[in-house]
Amino acid sequence: MAATYQIDKTVDAKGQTCPMPVVMLAKAIKDLKPGQVLAVYATDPGAKKDIPAWANKTGNTLLETVEEPGLLTFYIKKA
Amino acid sequence: MAWEARSSPTGCINLLHGDARNSTSITVFDAKGIHTYQPGWLYVPFGEQDPHKLQRSERRLLQRDIALLSGDAGNVVRIDPAAKQLQTADGQTHAYDYLVLATGSRNAPEEVSGFAEGADHFYSEKASLALEKKLANFTGGRIVTGVASVPYRCPPAPLEFTFMLEASLRDRGLRGSTEIHYVFPINRPFPIQSVSDFVAPLLEERGVQVHTFFNTETIDPEHKIVSSLEGEDLPYDLLVLAPPHKGQQVIIDSGLGDRDGWIPTDHNTLRVKGYEDANLFAVGDATDLPVSKSGSAAHYEGHVVAETIAAEVQHRPIRELYHGRVACFLETGHGQATFLWFDYEHPPKPPKPRRLWHLEKAALNTFYWQLIPPGRV
Ligand SMILES: Cc1cc2nc3c(=O)[nH]c(=O)nc-3n(C[C@H](O)[C@H](O)[C@H](O)COP(=O)(O)OP(=O)(O)OC[C@H]3O[C@@H](n4cnc5c(N)ncnc54)[C@H](O)[C@@H]3O)c2cc1C
Repeated sequence: MAATYQIDKTVDAKGQTCPMPVVMLAKAIKDLKPGQVLAVYATDPGAKKDIPAWANKTGNTLLETVEEPGLLTFYIKKA
Repeated sequence: MAWEARSSPTGCINLLHGDARNSTSITVFDAKGIHTYQPGWLYVPFGEQDPHKLQRSERRLLQRDIALLSGDAGNVVRIDPAAKQLQTADGQTHAYDYLVLATGSRNAPEEVSGFAEGADHFYSEKASLALEKKLANFTGGRIVTGVASVPYRCPPAPLEFTFMLEASLRDRGLRGSTEIHYVFPINRPFPIQSVSDFVAPLLEERGVQVHTFFNTETIDPEHKIVSSLEGEDLPYDLLVLAPPHKGQQVIIDSGLGDRDGWIPTDHNTLRVKGYEDANLFAVGDATDLPVSKSGSAAHYEGHVVAETIAAEVQHRPIRELYHGRVACFLETGHGQATFLWFDYEHPPKPPKPRRLWHLEKAALNTFYWQLIPPGRV
């Protein structure tokens, strides 16, 4: 469950279209230490494909994707 | 009424003037007084375009009774939408009834450490001329092309450059001794999936190695290495990247932009968000609209704003909204191109590259001055 993560930083990419959510995420994760958690809020459905692919490529862990009406939340743990 | 408008919207300023001729006065504030046809810069590095031919005096493009202020008198330093006033660098304050912001974008090489010293590009006259020299002297090695960060002007241009570069190296007998690598920030070579599906096999066919999820973080000009936020390091002999872009300082200083200076703009009415009742509009590269930063988008947007203002001035219903229309060509090298036509709801379906599309792009490049600024198209 999402509520159990301790979130160290959030990225608000709501209303941003591809490729911005991934780009904002890539920039934001730089400021975290390994093991810390980033929450990304997005509305662009493309993010559902792009963010898992980004995590896969970079070795960071996508802990969970939470889909609510009109909002996607991604929890990512820095490798 | 004051237009702070430039480039592609020139035609629409002329159009607006035609529509609302008797009841309005129009002033264009323009820091330079020069209209530049930027798409021509793509051809400069290949020696196919004289950049001096890409400029015209703005005064000669605007209808005679539209006022033009340039230099310090046209350089807008502050906009106050609440008071409906703007200030220029010569210290003057100007009142307006309607204001259209078309301040475009600026290259922001300072956003990536090492960019200014280590990277080349074709996003200004000076840079495209410098790149022409480097390419002429290039004798083989490793070229990295692509995009430093998003958003940037004319999304297809870095791909077009890559295809044209590949063809030109082939013609010069240098292809065998040159590796070409293309870098892009997301997991495909272009933001729009259908265009990405179209170019990915072409890049492969031309032997271009694609590096996705490559958000340029630093460039080491001494060791000639470009590194990404994702941790990839690529050595290069020549690095050609679309530079980072930002909105103009006047937008940031006036509190009208987001962090990077892009103006939050209503997708359909093109009114500046938060100032819906202040007769404040934005068009072109200056906006945060989810469309290509392209002259084509600026052109269609300009029509909508011209119609909206003319309708309000003439107390008639507004007939047009903007639906995200963009039309542009994508050069694929070897004298061929494809055509992209899309809007917010309908992604492009690029047709197979043909010589015809290339010739149409060449014709637009030539006849632009007769067609677009006078408002004929
Ligand atoms: C290499 C390249 C290839 C391109 N190819 C294509 C293409 O094939 N098709 C296409 O549609 N588009 C293309 N474009 C994009 C196109 O050139 C731009 O999208 C277009 O010029 C945007 O128009 P604009 O009026 O919004 O901004 P601009 O044309 O950048 O004009 C902004 C103007 O505002 C002025 N200004 C800025 N600040 C102030 C101020 N404070 N006060 C007064 N004036 C100010 C500037 O001097 C400038 O002249 C290309 C661009 C490049 C670089």
